[in-house]
Parts: sequence; C-alpha cells; structure tokens
Amino acid sequence: MDILITGLLLGGTYALIAMGLNLQYGMARIMNLANGEFLVAGGFAAFWFYTAGQLSPLLTIFIVAPLAFLLNWLVYVVMLRPLVKRAKSHGQLEVDAILTTFGLAFVSVGIMLALFGGDYFSYSYLARPITLIGDTYALNRVTAAVAAVVICGGLWLWLNRTRAGMSIRAIAVDPKSARLVGIDVPKLSALAFALGGAVTAVGGALISTFLTLDASTGVLFTLKALVIVIMGGVGDVRGTIAAALLLGILETFVATLIDPGLTLAAAYLLFVLILLFRPQGLFGRRTT
Amino acid sequence: MSMTKRDWQSITLSAVLLAVAACLPLTGDAYMLSIGITIAMYAVLATSWALFSGPTHYISLATAAFFGLGTYTTAIGIENGLNYWATLPIAAILGAVLAALVGLATLRLSGVYFVIFTLGLAELVRQVVTWGQNVSGQKGLYVLTDITEVHIYWQLLVLGGIVYLTGWAIGRSRLGFALRIIGDDEEVARHSGINTSRAKILLFMVSGATAAVVGSMLAPRYIYIEPALAFTPMLSFLVVIMALLGGTGRLWGPLVGVIPFTLLWEAISASFPNQTTLLLGLSFLVIVYLLPRGFVGLIESGKRKLREREAFA
Repeated sequence: MDILITGLLLGGTYALIAMGLNLQYGMARIMNLANGEFLVAGGFAAFWFYTAGQLSPLLTIFIVAPLAFLLNWLVYVVMLRPLVKRAKSHGQLEVDAILTTFGLAFVSVGIMLALFGGDYFSYSYLARPITLIGDTYALNRVTAAVAAVVICGGLWLWLNRTRAGMSIRAIAVDPKSARLVGIDVPKLSALAFALGGAVTAVGGALISTFLTLDASTGVLFTLKALVIVIMGGVGDVRGTIAAALLLGILETFVATLIDPGLTLAAAYLLFVLILLFRPQGLFGRRTT
Repeated sequence: MSMTKRDWQSITLSAVLLAVAACLPLTGDAYMLSIGITIAMYAVLATSWALFSGPTHYISLATAAFFGLGTYTTAIGIENGLNYWATLPIAAILGAVLAALVGLATLRLSGVYFVIFTLGLAELVRQVVTWGQNVSGQKGLYVLTDITEVHIYWQLLVLGGIVYLTGWAIGRSRLGFALRIIGDDEEVARHSGINTSRAKILLFMVSGATAAVVGSMLAPRYIYIEPALAFTPMLSFLVVIMALLGGTGRLWGPLVGVIPFTLLWEAISASFPNQTTLLLGLSFLVIVYLLPRGFVGLIESGKRKLREREAFA
C-alpha cells in the first residue's frame, strides 16, 4: 500500500514530464532528446529562485513556464523548421531531429556545467511528513503530484475542448489531412513544441522539490519520458498518464524491494515487454 | 566472385597503408603509440558502426554496451583461468548474441525505438553489472596480462583489416545490396521479397561482435575495470560523431572523421576538460547543419566540381 501510493505520487510527476514530450513528439513530430535538459533547467531555476529569493517553487513555475515556452519556440523556429523543410522523407527528418536534439542536449549540459558546476543541487522545501490513509509521506512529493495532476487536467481540457487543442490533436493523427481542413500546421507545430517544452520545465521545477538533480541527469529523465510516451502510445494523452503511473509504481516497487540502483533497468524491462507485445502502445490500435 | 583491376588496386593500397600504420611503434614514442591505439580503436568502432548504420540509417548508441561486454568478458575469463586469446572469440559470440536480442526486439519497428533502446542499453547493462557486484560484494576486476601497448595496437590493426575486408565483402554480396535497398525505401525492399528484419539483424550482429572484441582487446590496457569505466556512454556518442563526420557513404569514410576528431578531442580534453560536453554537442550540430554527408560528401562534391571545370576547359 505504502509502495503503491509513493509510486502513484512519483507517477503523477512523471505524467507531467511525459506529457511535455508527447506534445513535442506526438503532436509536433519532433523527437526531442534534449527534453530532459529542459527539465533540469527548470529544476535549476526553481533551486535558484528558492535559495536566492525564498520564492516558492509553486510560484517559480509561473516564471519558468513562459521562459521555457519562448526558448522552445525559438529552438523550433530557428533550428528545427529548416530541417522539416529540408527533409525528403519522414525517416530523414527523424534522423536529423535526433542528431540535432542530441547536440542541443549536450550543448545545454555543457552550458549548465559552465554556469553551475557539476555538483548535485538540492534544497529543502516542504520537507514535512503528512499522513494519508494511515501512512506518512513527504509533503513535497504530495504537493508536486497534486500540482502535476492539476496541470495535466488543464492540458487535457485544453486539448479536448478548445479549437487550438483540437487542431493540434488533428495534426497528431495526420499532418497531411490536417492541412486540407485549413489547419495552419507549421504554426501549431511550433506552438505544440513550445508548450511541450514549457510543461517539461514546469515538471522539472516540481521534481526538484524532492529529487536531487545535477547538470547531467537530464538524459535519464528523457529516457523515462520516452519509455512512457511509447508505452502510452504516441500522441495519446490518456495512455501517457496510465503509463506514467504504471512506471512510477514499478520503479518504487523495484527500488524498495530489490535495489534502488535498478530503476532504469525496471523501466527498460517494461519497455521491452511493450515493444514485443504492444508496440502500438497500451491503448493504441495497430496501424498498417 | 570476380575481381576487377580496380579492386586489386584498392586492396593493395589498403594493405600498404595498414603496413605503414603498423610501423608506428618503431618510432619508440610512447605518446604517439597511445594516440595510435586510441585512433585505431575508434577507427575500428566507427567503421563497424557505419557498416550497419550507414546503409540502414538506424543510429545505434549501443557501442558502449558491446564494448563493456567485451571488456568484462575478458576480465572475468582471465580471472577464471582462461587464456586471453580464448576470451576474444567468446566476446565476439556474446556481442553477436546481445546484438541479435536487441535487434529482434527493436529492429522490426521504426528507427526511433531503436535509438531509444540503444541509448539506454549501456546504462541498463551497467546498472545490472553494478547490482551484480553489490550482491557478490566485489567492486572491480583486475586484468593482469603480459600484453603490452604495442600488442594492443597491432591487434587493433589486424581487427581493422578484418573489418575492412568484411565490409568490402558485404558491399559486394546480396546482403549488402539488400541493405542499400532497405536504406532507400524499406517498403520497396519488403515488396521485392527481402527479409528486411533478418538483413538488419545480421549486420547489427557483425557490428556488435566487432565492438565487443575491441572491448576485449582494450581490457589489458585498463588493468583495473569497473562498470563506470567499461560502459561509459560517451564512447557511443563519440563513435557516432566520428563516423558521421567522416561520412558513412564509403567504407573509408569513418576513418577520415576519426583521425582529426580524435586529435581535436585529445587536445580539448587536455586543455579544457570541462568543455568536452559542449564540444560533443556542437559537433552534432555541425554535422547536421554543415556536413550532412560528412567529409566524404565534401570530398566528392569537390571532385565533381573539378571534373566539371575540366570538362568545360
């Protein structure tokens, strides 16, 4: 029971990060391998604001989100759009995007190392116990999970109830047909990419309240987010959330009962099973 | 198979170059030899990487996993009384098996799944090995042999020769032809009756086995082996960059990338050790935006321009 709830709390935050990646990969069709670095940058911002200005991470996210949005929008328009235009096939774009975002990831790590050094950073925020259904949990984990749920809910409403959100989902389904019904694909792809980056950075700010980060941990989060997105089905919001919760529980389970060093191995095991048995995602339908 | 005059020419040229490279230890300069080993190591890794990734466009980041597997095979083998030379074929077989397993799980699917899976593979194996060591209470392994740096260098050169011959033979075989079609259009390949998964897995196995043997050969150089050293993810990225920088369109392409990049990398690591990550990132961006076909592309378009100019003159 203890494991289950801790896992769900962790999974809630994972859901937020994976939603960010899903917006970028599922909707904007760019496999962003620098995703984890934006998460760490969000965490750095939260750390900096908290230690320098005593600003609560829950308020920091309102600064982090617009900044990350702008930055990701620029990345898309300046660096990725030329690749989209140049690509002769989807495969070619995929390879180019992977290499570019890898480059971006390393450049970001390099810059963060230069600015902040290679130390781990952590701060104590809401590190108080809270009792839920008979067991005690850290208040910061609970807060982060609740904030993640609120943001995920907001995103879900936006994607399903607004015109822009529905257009973005249409692009996820079929970018070619989306153009035929008058959707401005280039503009909305940039929007989805920027929004995805903002969501991830916010996730980073929330995660930094209870996990220790350092400049080079980004890639681990990228991997986890990728596993979640693929498990949930690319472009599928519902699947992403289910997969994130599943991964959160599995990781907590493995960390508590076997060895905390094996969490990525656990995520990978799940990934292999999905690839072997349901490569189209948990709720996805097989495409031809 | 029949050999043309051109084939003999290129084989002779390669043999001569290899022989010249083999004379490097005669200079007696320890630093030169150490750089030579690094270059030879990356040349073998990048060339065998390009054998698979060049035609198929699947970017493999699993080099470090195979390399570490080989290193550990040799270390554990020697500890249990095996002869060093016996561990090399075992490493090759294990590397091929691991590649086959990874290939079976991911190569039937789109390229992205493959990249993600290989990206985490080295980390996955590292976590498992570390965990195994924690359970057994062992920290690292010593590899004590009477193999010197010169021996390692020559071994790598021989392996390099084998890789080139293999690449050349594959390029002329039905398998190589099938792979080029797959790289062009997988759909077309499947419709013309090519078993695309089998072709990709076979080639990935060649590449994986080679990287594992390189790991084995390098094990005596490290003397003390621990997971963080054997499975360093940086290795995978460096191999990708060097191969793409050189260009994967030709068998000799990666070599053209390996030599200048290794020298640059050594220089930067020596004077600005904190900026290596930045250099790695910038290299990726340079490749995508400025050198999409590598130095090979640059050389070939230069040649074409020269020819056109001659034709007009």
